[in-house]
Amino acid sequence: MIELKISNLFMIFGDNPDLAFPLIEKDLKRKEIKEQTGQVVALRDINLEIKKGEIFVVMGLSGSGKSTLVRCINRLITPTKGEIMLGKDKNNILEAKKEELIELRRKKFGMVFQRFGLLPHRTILQNVIFGLEIQGASKEKMKEIGEKTIKAVGLAGWENSMPNELSGGMLQRVGLARALAVEPDILLMDEPFSALDPLIRVNMQEELLRIQRKMKKTIIFITHDLDEAVKLGKRIAILDEEGVVVQVGTVEDILINPANDFVKTFVQNIDRHNVIKIDYITRDNKVVLNPEMNPSDAINKLKKTRSTYSFVVDQDHKLLGRISLDDLAKANAEGNKTIESSIKQCKSIENIATLSDALPLLITSKTVLPVVDEDRVLLGYASEKAVIKVLKGDGLND
Amino acid sequence: MIDIIPKIPVGRFLVDIINFLRTNLAIVFAAIRSIIATAVETVNSILTTLPEFVIIAIVALIAWKTAKIKVAIFSVVSLLLIISMGLWRPTVETVSLVLVATLIATIIGIPLGILKARSKTFASIIEPILDVMQTLPSLSYLIPAVLFFRIGIVPGVVATVIFAMPPSIRLTSLGLEQVSKEMIEVGKSFGATSKQLLLKIEVPLALPSIMMGINQTIMLAFSMVVIAGFIGAGGLGEIIIAGLQRYNLVIAIEAGLSVVFLAIILDRITKRLGQIYDVKKS
Ligand SMILES: Nc1ncnc2c1ncn2[C@@H]1O[C@H](COP(=O)(O)OP(=O)(O)OP(=O)(O)O)[C@@H](O)[C@H]1O
Ligand SMILES: [Mg+2]
Repeated sequence: MIELKISNLFMIFGDNPDLAFPLIEKDLKRKEIKEQTGQVVALRDINLEIKKGEIFVVMGLSGSGKSTLVRCINRLITPTKGEIMLGKDKNNILEAKKEELIELRRKKFGMVFQRFGLLPHRTILQNVIFGLEIQGASKEKMKEIGEKTIKAVGLAGWENSMPNELSGGMLQRVGLARALAVEPDILLMDEPFSALDPLIRVNMQEELLRIQRKMKKTIIFITHDLDEAVKLGKRIAILDEEGVVVQVGTVEDILINPANDFVKTFVQNIDRHNVIKIDYITRDNKVVLNPEMNPSDAINKLKKTRSTYSFVVDQDHKLLGRISLDDLAKANAEGNKTIESSIKQCKSIENIATLSDALPLLITSKTVLPVVDEDRVLLGYASEKAVIKVLKGDGLND
Repeated sequence: MIDIIPKIPVGRFLVDIINFLRTNLAIVFAAIRSIIATAVETVNSILTTLPEFVIIAIVALIAWKTAKIKVAIFSVVSLLLIISMGLWRPTVETVSLVLVATLIATIIGIPLGILKARSKTFASIIEPILDVMQTLPSLSYLIPAVLFFRIGIVPGVVATVIFAMPPSIRLTSLGLEQVSKEMIEVGKSFGATSKQLLLKIEVPLALPSIMMGINQTIMLAFSMVVIAGFIGAGGLGEIIIAGLQRYNLVIAIEAGLSVVFLAIILDRITKRLGQIYDVKKS
């Protein structure tokens, strides 16, 4: 389900944005348009669809327009042109009146700021309940939700401290709690971890993933850090220095099939095999067998697909092992009723494994391996050849 | 040469205006007069009914809580000294004047400061007025006050209010302007109305600066209250001026010293209030 749909969005800073449009038509650069008209084209024809419950990452270099983009969504900045549609009611945020806008900001969005944005004159608890207070919630409700949320981000016991007593990582937990406390549908996070030390940053990323698994919020996450983007985002949009979205796709799409040279140079330093998941190269099995089958049926099945082996699964499609054509022939000759006794144990790869986790297994086993999910349900198979192809950067378009 | 220039009756003209205002706005002036007189009278009577030692204890406690123990000790010693110089009553009168004048100056000045920060037009109007106000010698404030309110305590307070107000306006507005864009975004992003933004974000964040404005207003009020002794506003100011006129240097110096003591005590206390967040922390 689409939570947010951005269409043909333009943001032009300056006193007369209309001057810029003809030059945008002519595909002039931001710098040239600024020199000729004094207008700054921060965002150019943005089209994005953000799905409910996903972490959608917007990545770009400094000045690419990332902050401008998130601020357009809750209208801290009013875009020059375009549409931002919200959820299934197809509310255009850009047409919201003043009161509607206030209501939207109160109920729909929670924002987390790069430099935390905590109010220095308020305690941690008072900061966390700020949004509720603005909404006019009752004292009991504020206290209850405030304490619950503080606990959820691991800051129990700090309720009555002042912000200047906390470290950066803790402060951003407060920032996160403040946004979560209003129970928004959409979290807007503008480089929330950029101001943190690397170690704390990794911590916070994991924390965010944990919270996300529990609460299933739609998160729009801004970052300039590709490692962070691939760690958090299922899907990523890349903004170039002209404020254009040059590519939207899954992490793998972007790493393996970069849309242009900009994206290519952007992603070249990332080590793919630590990022790309085995999922990406997993193929469907042509045939799978059940243990109750009799050997001759099984042989027929394999021959029909010209296979020399097959994986065997139970009725829940959970992996039991593998079986080769030779074994089946032997079972048939021995007159076995079912193939169950011929199933051989085999190694498997979990679908969340990265290519670098999977490669050693694939190399040592000298054959394709089954890919399973966390419940050992068979998803398909992975081959050494496919992994190497991806690592060489050939893409998968065969 | 000089004869060519016709004599323009400037003085006459202004006096006419003043008379016009006096007769037509008589009710307004009467109302202002009675409000101020009542306010000063009330504060004064509260301060005079309370025993000296109770007041000293309260001041010491406030000083100790807001500032440091040193300030508390200084307060006790200097207030005792004032009693021993026999200047308690005029001191109380002066304090009443200063408190009422400061109260009025901030009640008017803080909203004007907010307005100045909010509206460019208003800022461009008030800015030159404030500039002029801060360059005029303090004595010149007495003239309009006397013209509209004659002599006594009320014109003293009026002159003091006007003289002491500019820092409240300026520093309120400065404090609000210095609230970072990010903080405003925080408020807006959670759906604050502009009133909530003002009360929950801007004013609290500008509070140190606003308190500094109040502090400076108090200091200016002290200096004006002394000068208001010229128009019979009573208190230490009148004693100083009377002392100087009669070459009674002893009494003039003692009264002057009392003013200095009061100024120091109030300065220390209100300055610390300006750093309220640090106080809360420790
Ligand atoms: N209020 C403004 N007036 C004029 N130009 C602006 C304004 N805000 C942003 N810009 C310009 O718009 C462009 C995009 O800015 P934005 O802050 O969105 O970039 P960003 O991707 O968030 O960068 P960073 O990583 O540094 O935060 C920049 O060229 C910036 O100079
Ligand atoms: Mg930014």
